[in-house]
Amino acid sequence: MTGAVIAVVALGIGLFVVIIVLAVAGMYNGLVRSRNETKNAWAQIDVQLKRRHDLIPNLVETVKGYAKHEQGTLQGVISARAAAVGAGTVDARIAAEGQLTQALSRLMVLTENYPDLKANQNFLGLQEELTSTENKLAFARQAYNDAAMTYNTKTETFPSNLIAGNFGFKPEPLFQVTDEKQREAPQVKF
Amino acid sequence: MWEAIESNRRRTRIIVAGMAVLLVGLGALIGGAVAPRGGGLVAGVGIALLLWFILWLVAAFQGDSIMLSVAGAERIEHADAPQLFNVVEEMVIASGLGKMPEIYVIPDDRPNAFAAGRKAETRVVCVTSGLLRALNRDELQGVIAHEIGHHKNGDPALMILMGVMLGAIVLIAEIYLRGNFWGGRRRSSKESGGLEILLVVLAIVLAILAPVLAQMMYFACSRRREFLADASAARFTRYPEGLASALEKISVHYQGGIKANKVLAPMYIVNPMQALAAVGLFSTHPPTDDRVRILRAMGGGVGYVDYDAAYRKITGRAGCIGKRTLAADTPTSAREAAPAAAESVDERVSRSRDVGNLLGRLDGFTMMQCACGVGIKVPPGASWASIPCPRCGRDNPVPKAQPSASAKADEPLTFRRQGKGWQSFQCSCGASINLSPAFEAKSKTCGRCGRTIDVH
Repeated sequence: MTGAVIAVVALGIGLFVVIIVLAVAGMYNGLVRSRNETKNAWAQIDVQLKRRHDLIPNLVETVKGYAKHEQGTLQGVISARAAAVGAGTVDARIAAEGQLTQALSRLMVLTENYPDLKANQNFLGLQEELTSTENKLAFARQAYNDAAMTYNTKTETFPSNLIAGNFGFKPEPLFQVTDEKQREAPQVKF
Repeated sequence: MWEAIESNRRRTRIIVAGMAVLLVGLGALIGGAVAPRGGGLVAGVGIALLLWFILWLVAAFQGDSIMLSVAGAERIEHADAPQLFNVVEEMVIASGLGKMPEIYVIPDDRPNAFAAGRKAETRVVCVTSGLLRALNRDELQGVIAHEIGHHKNGDPALMILMGVMLGAIVLIAEIYLRGNFWGGRRRSSKESGGLEILLVVLAIVLAILAPVLAQMMYFACSRRREFLADASAARFTRYPEGLASALEKISVHYQGGIKANKVLAPMYIVNPMQALAAVGLFSTHPPTDDRVRILRAMGGGVGYVDYDAAYRKITGRAGCIGKRTLAADTPTSAREAAPAAAESVDERVSRSRDVGNLLGRLDGFTMMQCACGVGIKVPPGASWASIPCPRCGRDNPVPKAQPSASAKADEPLTFRRQGKGWQSFQCSCGASINLSPAFEAKSKTCGRCGRTIDVH
């Protein structure tokens, strides 16, 4: 009789342990998946920034042929790009990329004055690529924020916060829209 | 948000389960009616499930390629239509979909688009050339976001599953009814008990009702997924107005009730078969009008919560988005509207020309450019050696692959490239060959005669 009771209790405890282990494993995997998605989204931002850097030399070359008198603006874009490529810390990079965005939009406003340039197929192609890269950058930031938000919520809410605390899952910082210029980035019309 | 948006998931499950029950029930009843004593019931269920499985195999593994080839869709690369390609990339990033779908274009003047593909590796986004011609960048983005939303929400797989069950039910019912009609006399001449007659009557009634019921379920599910994809599109683009104005533009083209392919109809962004307000239990798409009004009633927010609220306001029904999605949604506001400048004629003309060139390339035209800047298209197979420019009168030789210097009979042809842009020339068999700016290989094989042409 007591033997049967012990067996039932042992079975119950065993079952309980199994359920707990499964739940912990599930939450742990969920956190890892979330964190990977966040990292992927962050990497996507890098990809797009790199792409923008790659587009600029071609763009400057093309514009140079038509707008010789705009050396100052062109030089501004070139040096902003160099600063962005060379920036070391994350903060310096964010600042440099912001500068580059502004230099580029100045250049693009300027091209409105050159109808011949606006009829150049090569330029139109570059313009589309640049517009799209700016869009992708904005969407990548948006996707990163969404992913980081989901991940952060998981690290902060019960019960997954217990797992997160014990296994070193730290919340990721979100992109803050620091100024109006940055918020407008996705709709810069070139 | 990185999880697929969940509509009342339970409701979808109930509909799918209901259809499965209908299929099995129909099989059992018909089996029972045909052979009441010989285990017909079990055989009927078995046959129904087998038929469903075979249809599913075909649809799941061949369905997309069959559909795309029926529609005459052509796969395109970045160089063919940069803007379309970029917009798809943007939406893949915004949705976190991961893998780029393949992009197809159907040469068709009516604007439309659809998403297909059951697995991540076989995802397809397909648009008509008319869509590219009609929409500006923001509108195109809205439509592509809607299609990517379908992928994100797993709709193609669900619609294949349901479509195949519907097909199996229709097929079984049809076969039974026809068999009964032609072979009915033979069976009634046999001695039969009351139970068997009852079974036969029930089977006939169900065979008539089941396809109708199944169709209603299928369409109810399909309509629901359209709303969800719209909600996703608003969230991804942060700009519901883009899709709203695209839907308006597209629906104008269908007000005449133009004929379209019946099989493909439910897949499109706007149902081409569905003229105006003819919307009821048997329509695959919700009325476009309602969809536009919901998108415009989102009041500056673009989250699922905002869409759900607008949906409830416009349709007066309970919400369309599941509780868990709504709870996990973070409030998001729309991006500020781009300066709503009326579209200039120039923009429309240049877009139209781009689409024309794209179609020309897909159709195998030889594209050449006169020194004065006029583009000239030479139809495939034309034998002219040169064409005078319609503007400046210069004589433009049609670019052709030349036999190489050491001219032997089987020696490969060569073509010397000029510049890096799009280039086309004719093989000596007359077929036109297009080289994209991205083309980097050393040789190209003629699609018609199979000759290898060296490209320098």
